[in-house]
Formats: sequence, C-alpha cells, structure tokens
Amino acid sequence: MRAFYGITLDSPLMLGTAQYPSPAVLEGAFRASRAAVATVSLRREGGAGQAFWDIIRDLGVHVLPNTAGCHSAREAITTAQMAREVFETNWIKLEVIGHADTLQPDPFGLLEATQALAADGFEVFPYTTEDQVLAARLLDAGAKVLMPWGAPIGSGLGLNNRYGLKTLRAAFPDVPMVIDAGLGLPSHAADAMEMGFDAVLLNTAVAQAGDPVAMARAFAMAVGAGALAHAADPMEPRDMAAPSTPVLGKAWL
Amino acid sequence: MADITIIGAGVAGLCAAYALSKAGLTPRLIDRNGAPGAHGCSWWAGGMLAPFCEGALAEPVIVEHGQTAAAFWGEVTKVMHRGSLVLALQRDKGELACFARRTTGHAPVSDVSALEPDLAAHHSALFFAQEAHLDPRQAIADLTRALAARGVMIEQGEATPDAIDGPVIDARGMAANLPGLRGVRGEMVVLRARDIRLSRPVRLLHPRHPLYIVPRAGGVFMLGATQVESADRRGVTARAVLELLSVAYALDPRFAEAELLETGADLRAAYPDNVPRVSVRGRVLHLNGLFRHGYLMAPALAAQATDYLTTGAKGDLVHEDSCEWRDPRGLGHDRGHRAG
Repeated sequence: MRAFYGITLDSPLMLGTAQYPSPAVLEGAFRASRAAVATVSLRREGGAGQAFWDIIRDLGVHVLPNTAGCHSAREAITTAQMAREVFETNWIKLEVIGHADTLQPDPFGLLEATQALAADGFEVFPYTTEDQVLAARLLDAGAKVLMPWGAPIGSGLGLNNRYGLKTLRAAFPDVPMVIDAGLGLPSHAADAMEMGFDAVLLNTAVAQAGDPVAMARAFAMAVGAGALAHAADPMEPRDMAAPSTPVLGKAWL
Repeated sequence: MADITIIGAGVAGLCAAYALSKAGLTPRLIDRNGAPGAHGCSWWAGGMLAPFCEGALAEPVIVEHGQTAAAFWGEVTKVMHRGSLVLALQRDKGELACFARRTTGHAPVSDVSALEPDLAAHHSALFFAQEAHLDPRQAIADLTRALAARGVMIEQGEATPDAIDGPVIDARGMAANLPGLRGVRGEMVVLRARDIRLSRPVRLLHPRHPLYIVPRAGGVFMLGATQVESADRRGVTARAVLELLSVAYALDPRFAEAELLETGADLRAAYPDNVPRVSVRGRVLHLNGLFRHGYLMAPALAAQATDYLTTGAKGDLVHEDSCEWRDPRGLGHDRGHRAG
C-alpha cells in the first residue's frame, strides 16, 4: 500500500463516524472493521462536540477530520483550521460541496482550498470526482493524496464510472488514492481494491445497515480480499466469443 | 418525613415520584427550577409513544419497555391512541422498505388519504396501529397535579445527592454529570397551520433529514427533531429550521403559510448505547440517559427503580455499582469518567 503523507496504514479501510444508532454500535463497528482511520466532521457540532470527539479519539485509530457540509473554500479552510486545533493533526479530508442535494464536489472551490491549506502546512485529502485534469491540478496545488468518489455521497451505487476511475489510477501510478463515497456493498469495496486503489472510505453503508457491526466485518473481509487479489496479479478476462483459432478447433470436432 | 428524596422534576423524576407514591412510599421532590417548564428538556419533546418505530434504530429493550408507556400516561393525562404513520416521498421509497424490514407492529397502507384525508394518496406509507401520542407539556402538568393530589409537592431548591441523608433518586439529566453521559443536541419548531389536519404523528423518512410532525390541539404542530452529537446549548440554528421546514413543505406545501410559534433546542442526556438506566451507587439511584425516549421510557425506568427499592428486584435497566459505563453486550470497552 502506498503511504499517506508518510503513514503506512495497517488496513485499507477508512470508516466514517456519522449516522450510527449509538456510539456503542459505532465502537463495535470499528472493532469489527479493523479500520485504520476514522473520519469525523466538525462543521455542525459547533465546537461543543467534545464528548463525541473523545469517543472517536478512544477508538485508537488515525483521525481524519473532514470539512463535510462546507459549501465554499473559505468555509472549508476555517473548518480545517478548527479541526487541526481539536485533533492535533495536519490531515484534513477536504470536502467543498458544490450541490446541496447530490453533495458532489465543487472542483473550483476544492482547488482553491487545496492550494491555501497545502501552503498552510495541511496534508490534504481532497474529495474529488474521477476527472483526470482536476486531479492533476490538485496535485500541482500541493495535494499528495487523492480521494476520487465512487458515486455520490450516501447513494450506495458503487463505482459509477469504472472506466474513469481506471484511467485515473493508471494516470498517476505513484499517487495514493482512496475511493471515497458511494459504496454500498462489500463487493464495491473489493472491486475498488482489485483495481489497485490504496484504500476505501465509507460511512453510510456500514452505519445504516441493519446490523452495522456485521456489515463492518463484511467490509473488512472484502477490502482484504480485494487487496490480496490485486497483489496476486489477476488474469485478464478473455473473450471466448471471438475465437482466434476456429479452424484448428473444428478439425477435432 | 419522606422515605426518599428525588432530585429533578423532569419527566424521569416526576414518573419516579408517581411510581414510588403509588407503591406506598413518601417521596420528597426537589428541583432547582421548581415546577416543570422550558428549563428542562422534557418541555421540548415530541410526545410520541412509538416504541415500534423507534425500534428501527434503538435497541430491542426500548421496543419492549416502551410498550408500557401509554398505559402509565393514560392514568394521568390524555393519551391519543391513533397509531402513527410513516411516509416516504416518491424518490425515497427504498427507505420505507428498509424501515418496514427493521420494525414490527406495522401494516402497509394502500391509501394514505383514507387515514389522513389531508395527505396525498400517492404517498407510500406504513401504519403502526398500536402506537399513541400525547402533549408533553400537558402530560407533565397533569402528572404534577396528580402528584399534588397524592401530597407530593415540588420544592424549589438546589440539591445534590451528597448533601442529602437517606436514599436518593438523582434524576437531574445532564446536570448529574455522570460518567459516560453525553449531550445530544435536538432542535424543534412549533407551527400553527389551521388549514392542515392530522390526527396522528407522521414520520417522514428522508436519507438526510428525517422529520416527524406531531399534531397538537388548536391546529398546532410540533416538527422535530435534529440529532447532533454536540453539547452546544445555543438556540435553534437557521440550518435546522431550514431543514425541518423544507421537509415539512415537501410533505404539504401549505406548511409554508403556517405561523411559526416557537423554536426550541436542548440536550438529550444519553449513554453510549442510547439506552436509559438506573445506576445504583450506594444509597443513590441515578435515573438517566433517556436520550430521545423520555416519555416513552421514563415509566419503565420509574417502575424498575421502584421495584428495586421496595423488593430488591433487579430489572434489566438496573445496573448496580456502575460508577463506570459498561456496555452490556460487550461491544465496546469499559469507559471511565471523562472530564468535560
């Protein structure tokens, strides 16, 4: 696995901390998932989320604060600064939301905020689309990790544009990449890992499952299988429907 | 001479006082703010007695004990036995299927307008016939009166368990500052919409902004409630009002013309599993962690506290010597006291 700003993770699973039925279930899900990173939002808690943030800190995993709910570069930058103080980390998962309903990233605000935060010493994990040109710009602006989406946040649709994601992976072979958002099933996570992504980040698929702890375990198994499969160099699919040696084949029939 | 002192006259303390009095004990009830009012989070509740709906997210123990609430409240106040309705907008139909799988006690509704003529017939819905609701402010006023009739008056005064001799029930909610207890912020609005008629609580499932609407007398509706992991005590945020109102508007556009009567925000005291408990520490019983289930679970909590005090019976909500929060299912690790 490629390192994230010098940190090699024990597991390619990053798990969000929102929407669980209770903190006890959240904690159970983290244990079952063996996730190495917990993402946490600050925007809405308004500086008084200490009790909950203590629960996150007690999980004993890397904390990746995010700027969820920020709709402008300025708002995201302010939230990132607050996150650095609260969690004493330079890591920031940068979300600049461009559309209130689909929550898709605003590429222009994202680039602006990446530039400002990287210059300010932050280690930015930008939540982006699979657009290759935007990815290049984000890397130029100082990001050393990319977080392309699988599908819109909370949609559970899986990898919406496999071709685009494959192109992105191939275009920047040295850049650590996390598939972030839109995963609904363990098979989606396995798919992402098989394609050579370094990690996956999910929240709703686990938190809103009927049994979040069991689903967390299922995702842990899936990312493990996917990573192992990628490392094992999978065979290429073959199109048997277009036979290359029809005459030879027929001679013995 | 009182047999036991109860600190806190919110829904937990009032229910405990009533249950103890009925069991033949003489409780003394003290609250630093006197009679119940806007200072307590019981004031801002929805008043749904909906154990089956809550089961979609809450632990099974809530579904089980919550079913005793309507009978308790029926002794002292008006309880509307009209069931509750769960709807999803066209785009979110999948949410309804999911909710149906994760709850019991419901039946699908083919024509919503037959139950609630003001709602458009095309909504997909589930009907929970056995659920009920009440007006929470009326309910605690009626319970206060019922206590007075039994000779239990609410004294206004500062009190902590340490400063009181004899057995104590600590029902102070957030003010008790117990290990493992945290505040979960909730925000609500109250509207008057005279031209909209609903006879039962309606829950609207939404992937990001779930909403419930509880009808009250005089064309008044309570819209709730946000759930934010924060102990922020500010008034309602603009975002919360926008979210609550826009979902209500999506349900019925006439809510746009409603008169905004009141907004409220307060903290729900919750343990990590969001299940309330009676924590026994020596001569003090802490009744706390009612989360969003104050009116639903306070009767069961009061009953178990009373049983423990009178017979020594240890119900499933009673935890002895629990100065540390402990997860009964062993999912999490034990959690010590945390400052702040």
